[in-house]
Amino acid sequence: MKFRKKKSGNRLMSRPEEGKNPSRGVFTRRALVLMAAQGAVLGALGERLYGLQVLNGSHYAKLAENNRLSKRFFAPPRGRITDRFGISVASNRINWRALLLAEETTDIAGTLERFGQLVPLEPRDLTRIEHELKHKRRFIPIMLRDFLSWDDMARLELNMPSLPGVLIDVGTTRVYPFGPLLAHVVGYVAPPAEKDVVHNAELALPGMRVGRSGIEQTQDGNLRGQVGSVEMEVNAVGRVMAELDRDEGLAGDEIALTIDSGLQQQVLGRIADQSASAVVMDCRNGEVLAMVSNPSFDPSLFDSGVSQAQWIEWTNNSQTPLINKAVSGLYPPGSTFKPAVAMAALRAGTLSPSDRISCPGYIDVGGTRFHCWSRYGHGSINLRQGLKYSCDVFFYEVARRTGMDAIAATSELFGLGAKLPEIELPHVRQGLIPTPTWRRKHGHHWNGGDTIVSGIGQGFVQVTPLQLATYASRIATGRDVQPHLIRSIAGRTAALTDLGHASGMDMPDQFFQDIRAGMFAVVNEEGGTAPKARLDIPGVQMAGKTGSAQVRRVSRAMRESGHFNSANLPWEYRPHALFICYAPYDAPRYATAVVIEHGNAGADVAAPLARDIMTDTLRRDPVNHREPPGQEVAQAEVD
Amino acid sequence: MKFQKRLLRAEPNFQILTKLWQVNWLYVLLICALAVVGYGALYSAGGGTSRPFAGPQSIRFCFGVVMMLGISLMSPGILARMAWPLYIFSLILLVAVLRMGHVGKGAERWLMLGGMQVQPSELAKIALVLMLAAWFHKISYRRMGNPLFLAPPALMVLVPVALVLKEPNLGTAVIIGTVGACMFFAAGMRLWQIALLILPMPFLAKIAYGHLHDYQKARVTTFLHPESDPLGAGYNIIQSKIALGSGGMWGQGYLHGTQGQLNFLPEKQTDFIFTMIAEEWGYVGGVTVIGMLLLLVFGGMLIAMRSRNQFGRLLGLGISVNFFLYCAVNLSMVMGAIPVGGVPLPLISYGGSAMLMVMFGFGLLMSAWVHRNDTFGETLENRD
Repeated sequence: MKFRKKKSGNRLMSRPEEGKNPSRGVFTRRALVLMAAQGAVLGALGERLYGLQVLNGSHYAKLAENNRLSKRFFAPPRGRITDRFGISVASNRINWRALLLAEETTDIAGTLERFGQLVPLEPRDLTRIEHELKHKRRFIPIMLRDFLSWDDMARLELNMPSLPGVLIDVGTTRVYPFGPLLAHVVGYVAPPAEKDVVHNAELALPGMRVGRSGIEQTQDGNLRGQVGSVEMEVNAVGRVMAELDRDEGLAGDEIALTIDSGLQQQVLGRIADQSASAVVMDCRNGEVLAMVSNPSFDPSLFDSGVSQAQWIEWTNNSQTPLINKAVSGLYPPGSTFKPAVAMAALRAGTLSPSDRISCPGYIDVGGTRFHCWSRYGHGSINLRQGLKYSCDVFFYEVARRTGMDAIAATSELFGLGAKLPEIELPHVRQGLIPTPTWRRKHGHHWNGGDTIVSGIGQGFVQVTPLQLATYASRIATGRDVQPHLIRSIAGRTAALTDLGHASGMDMPDQFFQDIRAGMFAVVNEEGGTAPKARLDIPGVQMAGKTGSAQVRRVSRAMRESGHFNSANLPWEYRPHALFICYAPYDAPRYATAVVIEHGNAGADVAAPLARDIMTDTLRRDPVNHREPPGQEVAQAEVD
Repeated sequence: MKFQKRLLRAEPNFQILTKLWQVNWLYVLLICALAVVGYGALYSAGGGTSRPFAGPQSIRFCFGVVMMLGISLMSPGILARMAWPLYIFSLILLVAVLRMGHVGKGAERWLMLGGMQVQPSELAKIALVLMLAAWFHKISYRRMGNPLFLAPPALMVLVPVALVLKEPNLGTAVIIGTVGACMFFAAGMRLWQIALLILPMPFLAKIAYGHLHDYQKARVTTFLHPESDPLGAGYNIIQSKIALGSGGMWGQGYLHGTQGQLNFLPEKQTDFIFTMIAEEWGYVGGVTVIGMLLLLVFGGMLIAMRSRNQFGRLLGLGISVNFFLYCAVNLSMVMGAIPVGGVPLPLISYGGSAMLMVMFGFGLLMSAWVHRNDTFGETLENRD
């Protein structure tokens, strides 16, 4: 109403006064200014858009691709390990696990409580679950329990409606069907340590295991396989929208060992509960057919974690169950060293097979008297007899004549105190053949007595059972055989398995014949030190050498008292009992080394054990079979 | 009035039809075209279905078109008289939203009225435009030089600005203030007065920053250094830039924008709808949308200029500037040119109350066009 009144009054007066409305002119001008500003702003935005989308487009497109694509990896199945006949010694077992997907339940505490009533959760599990619930995003499953039994699964499946968010999932775990029997050879796997994960992110994948010992450790790369991956399109919160690309990965390679698990079992049976190690080799190509270290441990315990009590028990056990004595146990070879000393002397020309050395029961060198094991001496004997009777004085004298450097050089050619480069095991120890140079390096003087003592494999000389078996093989064949444990990887046969692979050793064949003859006499001739090693198989003979290695120096007083008997010593002071052998004598096929820790006399303890092992081996003859010779084993048992 | 009533009584249909014929249908067509773009974008934002966003929004739009045409028939006199009650009503709502509004992201912004979310600040803006247009309509150009006549409208601007700031919604407060300032400018405020107002601005801005809420300060700092917190406050800006960049020149293809479809893009159906369009349609699509918005703004300004009364001119200008500011703030925001604030892209973003208010504004603009030759209640000087 107000507007109209004014309108009627002023209509005529406006034009004469102004001619033109200043407001409209000002408005038009200023509106045009505003329009220019608006145009400029939107133009600038268009320009900015050009910069973002076209000029820097590729940069942002790359960022977008990273945003969108998520690559997830999964652990490939670990390669199987079999024995020489394809029998599984390490394989994968399906492992049923219960997982919790937090985003699918509103009452996590309730779900956990009901779950706990069905499948008990230990306090350790609960703290871990609580930690993961706090630190993982709600759509990432959390492991509640693994290794579910069939009963657990059935109970869970039945009660699924009351367990929202719980899923059952399948993974794999490593199983060792033979358990402790092959624990030292095959080794074991364990979840990767945090420092491993730092170097190799693949290991962080759930289900990834790292070989921690034995073949599992040294062949970890072959066994692990290639990690598979899924490339997925994910949204901003990481939820999977679509699977774009899938790489199944590659299962780890299957590894076939040279071991015959049946023979391994028989050898362990022979050793029974002694703290001992035994190695059986194919002496023509170095295949290790059995490698036993007793006592042993259960390798499957490591996958899920070893308990504190178990660990303490293992590490405090003086029989060292965790250590593979065959390659990590160092023992003075004792008299088993004598063939190497003889070979060194023959090569050096300080001894000829017909040379005779007189043994009155002792020898004086540099003012010290060294005794023979026989108080009454062996009289005037040659090399063959020296080996047969295992005369200490004979070899004291031979060592004295030959010198330690020549002995060390030859024994290393036999593998003693030498690296065995082809053995596929970790923690392989080299042992030691002492030399004056070595002694000087450690700030001591080498005196004549050291050479004398070394001549019978005592003193500083240290070797492993595997080296002894290699030594026996090389004496038997005169070839530079290399012990090894792997027959094939992923179906490709290892080159070493080839019988022609080992080259001849650079020693005259006649020398070998002389030493073999001595070792034959040890077992098969009347008066030899190891009549108990004689084979009970018609037409087959074995050559061998006994050894008893003192771990503590026997004082003259004790020896002269006449009452000395090492069997009366406490266990850990008794001498080790050793025996090396090969058979058949005329066509060597198998070589064996046996070391019984603190077994006292090699001739009484080690020789019969070696004979039994060799008998089993010959009866079984694993080298000439393509299938496990089960039937024959059964027959052998009956015999 | 009596004449009009007689006319209405005599041939009512004829008058409505005449007025409807007067509506700038080209402009309406442009509005509809943008709404179609919006429908398409919301269809895509809904993951290729119309159910969550596009469907409801198109119903609101149809309702908005009817409302717009209805308002366009109202004469400026009626609208000018509606100004005061509407303004007071909007202030009441602004106070109400402070008292019992719903909190969204640290700010109280909306009210539930009859099962519908209402953003009082949206209404306050339109009411303020009406209010200022009605006020300046009565002030002659000569009187505009007198600060006394500028004080009441200044108060009209400051009250809602203060209330909206209190919400606290910085973006909308700035838009309201700028709309008011533009109307002062267009109404003929003297340049020296403008200069006098602008000079102390930097100091005021510094003081104002001190009173900002932490989340608002965070927006400013993350705007300056978005990469400093890529998964926190800077996430939106970075993701939006990535989405724009991955669109390139020709886009990823409709419904195939990876960032949007995979939910990397935050609030893709509301604030970041433009990013979604530009990702799927590329720079070509983005620039087309900007061009359409600019056409609407310029069209509104030209409509305002064509009016032969100050009320219509200022109304048209206020509505156009308001629309422009919404577009500019939203686009700058998604391109990372200014700090992020909950400002939707008009006609395209999902949201009922924003859509209705935009259509209400276009109704007022249409009314200014339809009644461009009307003269009413003006001061002597303001008449053509």
